[in-house]
Amino acid sequence: MTELTLLTMADALKGLAEKQFTAVELTEAHVRAVEKARPLNAFITETPDKALEMAKASDARRAKGEAGPMDGLPIAVKDLFCTKDVLTTAASHILDGFKPPYESTVTSNLWRDGAVMLGKVNLDEFAMGSANITSHYGDVVNPWSPGEPGNWPRKLVPGGSSGGSAAAVAARVALGATGTDTGGSIRQPAAFTGIVGIKPTYGRCSRWGIVAFASSLDQAGPMTRTVRDSAIMLRSMCGFDPKDSTSVDMPVPDFEKALTGDIRGLRVGIPKEYRVDGMPAEIEQMWHKGVEWLKAAGAVPVEISLPHTKYALPAYYIVAPAEASSNLARYDGVRFGLRVPGGNLKEMYENTRGEGFGKEVRRRILIGTYVLSAGYYDAYYLQAQKVRTRIKQDFDLAFQECDVILTPTAPSGAFAIGEKMDDPIQMYLNDVFTVPVNLAGLPGMSLPAGLGADGLPLGLQLIGKPFDEETLFRVGGVIEEAAQFTATPPFMA
Amino acid sequence: MSLDKATVAKIAHLARIKVPEEELDHLAGELSHILSFVEQLNEVDTGNVPPMTGMAAQKLRRRPDVVTDGGYQEDIVKNGPETAEGYFAVPKVVE
Repeated sequence: MTELTLLTMADALKGLAEKQFTAVELTEAHVRAVEKARPLNAFITETPDKALEMAKASDARRAKGEAGPMDGLPIAVKDLFCTKDVLTTAASHILDGFKPPYESTVTSNLWRDGAVMLGKVNLDEFAMGSANITSHYGDVVNPWSPGEPGNWPRKLVPGGSSGGSAAAVAARVALGATGTDTGGSIRQPAAFTGIVGIKPTYGRCSRWGIVAFASSLDQAGPMTRTVRDSAIMLRSMCGFDPKDSTSVDMPVPDFEKALTGDIRGLRVGIPKEYRVDGMPAEIEQMWHKGVEWLKAAGAVPVEISLPHTKYALPAYYIVAPAEASSNLARYDGVRFGLRVPGGNLKEMYENTRGEGFGKEVRRRILIGTYVLSAGYYDAYYLQAQKVRTRIKQDFDLAFQECDVILTPTAPSGAFAIGEKMDDPIQMYLNDVFTVPVNLAGLPGMSLPAGLGADGLPLGLQLIGKPFDEETLFRVGGVIEEAAQFTATPPFMA
Repeated sequence: MSLDKATVAKIAHLARIKVPEEELDHLAGELSHILSFVEQLNEVDTGNVPPMTGMAAQKLRRRPDVVTDGGYQEDIVKNGPETAEGYFAVPKVVE
């Protein structure tokens, strides 16, 4: 029998259907992998009992001929999704002990389709970060870190904020994981760990039951090892939800059907503004290689211009903190989580929030509070929202000349824990290629394209028209086929 | 734009976050740095540009004004750090 944790979702589904193994066997193998992978610190909460119980139920459904599209597949859930009666922390001290009495829509959809939960995975606190180093539960280690596993001389970051999700999938601990992406939090960690991640169009996945960071930017999406697996998992995750007023009432396509391999005549936009100063030559080369692969498959590269690209990050660092400062006002020590006593109610609020929030979260709440405060709203927030319109218009114009856009996912590969940490702006620059996609609400996919000189994975990003995830899957499938990315990290559970 | 210590203390108070006095200077530096970074937005001509307020061109949905949910007070207060008789309890606010 093949090593069960090395399977893709598609192969695991086949094996289950052909009775080569049971969901319980598949889950047991992954539960052992979760234990073995503890040095990565990818999990905040392991749920082995729940996993086995769900696997048993899955086997029973399959025996009755009632298996769902993801039946029996063990996955990890970013600890930003509320899971009924299972600790949900957002990696923050302020949510100490919070066990939601409800289940998020996205995870409900996954369980409806038969997926099995291995546990809740680590992230940057409230999804604010690009390296998974702001979690109250400690840093996550990238399984691609060189050297002896568990005794790494230099620990690399897995990217963030969905760092635990990325590490778990790359290290063969879970067949897939849910992520969320506000400015690149699915795509950048996917690139840093050599896996596939897709942020669908804003409105595809319900945000109900996901701990809110910046509501006009947040989207959930899958992180998997293949493009096909992402297609399988995204189909289960999305769908109309009346409980989220921004959820879009549109049919969910069978994304797997888009994997035709045929991209003849497709126009691929190459934005000249993404050639940023100081970008390593190997990223530029990988990007060029991507263009060549698509050309070889019959696509037509087109140079396009997205002139407001350089304003995306500054706009993001107004809009996201502003929305965060409002969303995070709910953590006041009254209804859930941490309470730190004070002499009166106001002091209790201030003490609770002073102790409960980490430094990056505090920084962003303060920036958000400032830009929304009286006298500054027009200068900052309103101007940022107008610039956002400009960025969206850039994409609208570009998509008159092309069908999909190809860019690098991030301006570098994974870096070490401790690097880029003195200056918050340096860290923010990680998301220079991913943030514009969130601001414009578009779908974006990152997929592994190859290894850099230091042996670390590098990702390419595809950006699509609104609700045209199918083109991303179609083109992603072609790049995956051409790239033949078979490298595996030094640490595998 | 450069923020001074007093402004940071004021914002922290507005945000109801206690910030130790000795951290205010450092925080003022960091926040000023971020604000000067975002100030490049002023270069963009946004004269006749409407602010982006939503993503999809869709109207907010309406639903019948009826009760569709509720009846689980216990679940709601279950996570409260301090509760009493089915209510959340807070320090005294009225003398």
